Amino acid sequence: MAAALEFQQVSKTYPGSDEPAIQSLSFEVPAGDICVLVGPSGCGKTTTMRMVNRMVSITSGEILLDGRSVLDRKAYELRREIGYTIQQIGLFPHETVAANIATVPKLLGWPKDRIRDRVGALLDMFSLPQDMAGRYPAQLSGGQRQRVGVARALASDPSIMLMDEPFGAIDPITRGRLQNEFLRLQGELRKTIVFVTHDIDEAIKMGDRIAVLKKGGVLAQYATPAELLLAPVDAFVEDFVGADRALKRLALLRVRDVDLWKAPRVRPGDPVAQAQEQVADSDLPYSLLIDADGKPLGWLSDRDLAGERVPDEADTAPTPRLDQDSVLRDALAELLEEDTQYGPVVDERGAVIGVLSIELIAQFLASKDPRELDPPERAGVEP
Amino acid sequence: MSWLTLFAQVQIHHRASDCESNNGFCPDWIIKNFGDRYVDPFFRHLELVVISVLVGFVIAFALGIVAHRRRWLVGPVVGITGVLYTIPSVAAFLLLVPITGFGLLTAVIALSSYTLLIIFRNVVAGLAAAPAEARDAALGMGLTDSQVLWRVEVPLALPEIFAGVRIATTTTVGLAALAFFANAGGLGGLIFGDLVFKSNVVVAGGLCIVMAFVLDGLLLFAQRLSTPWVRAARA
Repeated sequence: MAAALEFQQVSKTYPGSDEPAIQSLSFEVPAGDICVLVGPSGCGKTTTMRMVNRMVSITSGEILLDGRSVLDRKAYELRREIGYTIQQIGLFPHETVAANIATVPKLLGWPKDRIRDRVGALLDMFSLPQDMAGRYPAQLSGGQRQRVGVARALASDPSIMLMDEPFGAIDPITRGRLQNEFLRLQGELRKTIVFVTHDIDEAIKMGDRIAVLKKGGVLAQYATPAELLLAPVDAFVEDFVGADRALKRLALLRVRDVDLWKAPRVRPGDPVAQAQEQVADSDLPYSLLIDADGKPLGWLSDRDLAGERVPDEADTAPTPRLDQDSVLRDALAELLEEDTQYGPVVDERGAVIGVLSIELIAQFLASKDPRELDPPERAGVEP
Repeated sequence: MSWLTLFAQVQIHHRASDCESNNGFCPDWIIKNFGDRYVDPFFRHLELVVISVLVGFVIAFALGIVAHRRRWLVGPVVGITGVLYTIPSVAAFLLLVPITGFGLLTAVIALSSYTLLIIFRNVVAGLAAAPAEARDAALGMGLTDSQVLWRVEVPLALPEIFAGVRIATTTTVGLAALAFFANAGGLGGLIFGDLVFKSNVVVAGGLCIVMAFVLDGLLLFAQRLSTPWVRAARA
């Protein structure tokens, strides 16, 4: 259950200021999508987000949640329907993890049993041990606090979430893990999410749609990540997205979404002639030795194929083994790391499903059709 | 009845033994006289302290809550309670006597007014010290203003508030020894009644110190119980 969000000509001018902070902002977020607000500091992205739950008052225009203006109910009632997380997390230091998570359910008057069950379920959902319920925020690590903050925002199962740099205050490794964890959760929850960040890479990774704002709260471009990287509307967006935007597109596609090369596969004991035949038919100069389960054993050199039968071992190790779920950017990094032109792609059981080469990645980078770039999981988003 | 007559009324002990005649420290005399002479004044002293701190706390806490959302009030309140704080305590008792007469009321008014400045400042500082992000998250999740105050700001201010009440209590135990100027009883009457007799001064003064320690310990215990997160954070 998610709500659609719509900004209609929304403006904000802070009292005592001549310059508007937000100027006539209009865009729609379809229910269940992550909309990332991104831009340089002072562009009004946090202000924009905070107007949705009226933490910042709206000067003019309308913000609609499922067609209903956010102004037509009391601010505190509206806020209880909207999940809210901020960069500094804002956990209550004097309350246990369980009490923190239970904040909104308590305000909504849920019965005690239901609150306890919900807290337990949320701890599970965020891979936090159940005995953490009784601990205080000061006893948690940064990453754990961040998870509890998001769990607290999800506690009453709101249809929409506001997240202001929710992974901003933690180290890059934990941040990457939390981002992945959150995307996996979002795959099930399908909340409508307004996500604020200053980091274009995070925006590209997290967003179904990205709103790029420039100084003075002007919407520069509102597009899918692929569109944004492929066709920035002006010099500002192009500059903000970065000179490496072609490379950034590699973060949008997973290895399994690429039309991989077929690997010439042979097993130990197969006739050598068969192996040579397969190589002649493929894009690759060597055949791949696999075991009975289809796992790669190595690349067979001409020397390996001097005999009648394919040997048990291959000359060259089949590294890197590329995970079909990796994004192309990571796969490319692995290929470069191993100083090789191609590597076998394996599925979750480790069996070979094809071969990815630097040549394939280069072809992808040269392609210009944004529809081709839209990964399947984002296919539901209409421009 | 003027305060000078109070001194005249103080009963001087009979100097029976050598030790007593020499105004020394006489354990025998203390054991014999403790129950009759010191127990009632001790509890009277305790009563003065507890009532005065309670009254002072209620007033200062209410003022603190009001001034927390109206910051312009902090200056004037600190100013007025500060002036009260600087009035010499003996003078305060004597100034009040013509208005409120001798007795408990006068003593409590004077003693509680000395606690106001300390407690008020700590309440205001404690409430303001709640982390801005906790307040923002609370409002953003839909707590009303008064829910933010009572569920977030007041609990987080407890360590600071307790610190104020503890200082105020210890101070009041000492100041209450002067309450006999208002004829309000307490251990002060005994101390000043026979300043030269060591046994008397040691016992009466010692009881003040014991009371201050015990009350402070009880408050510390209550503070620990009501702020478990503070210790959790240190562990």
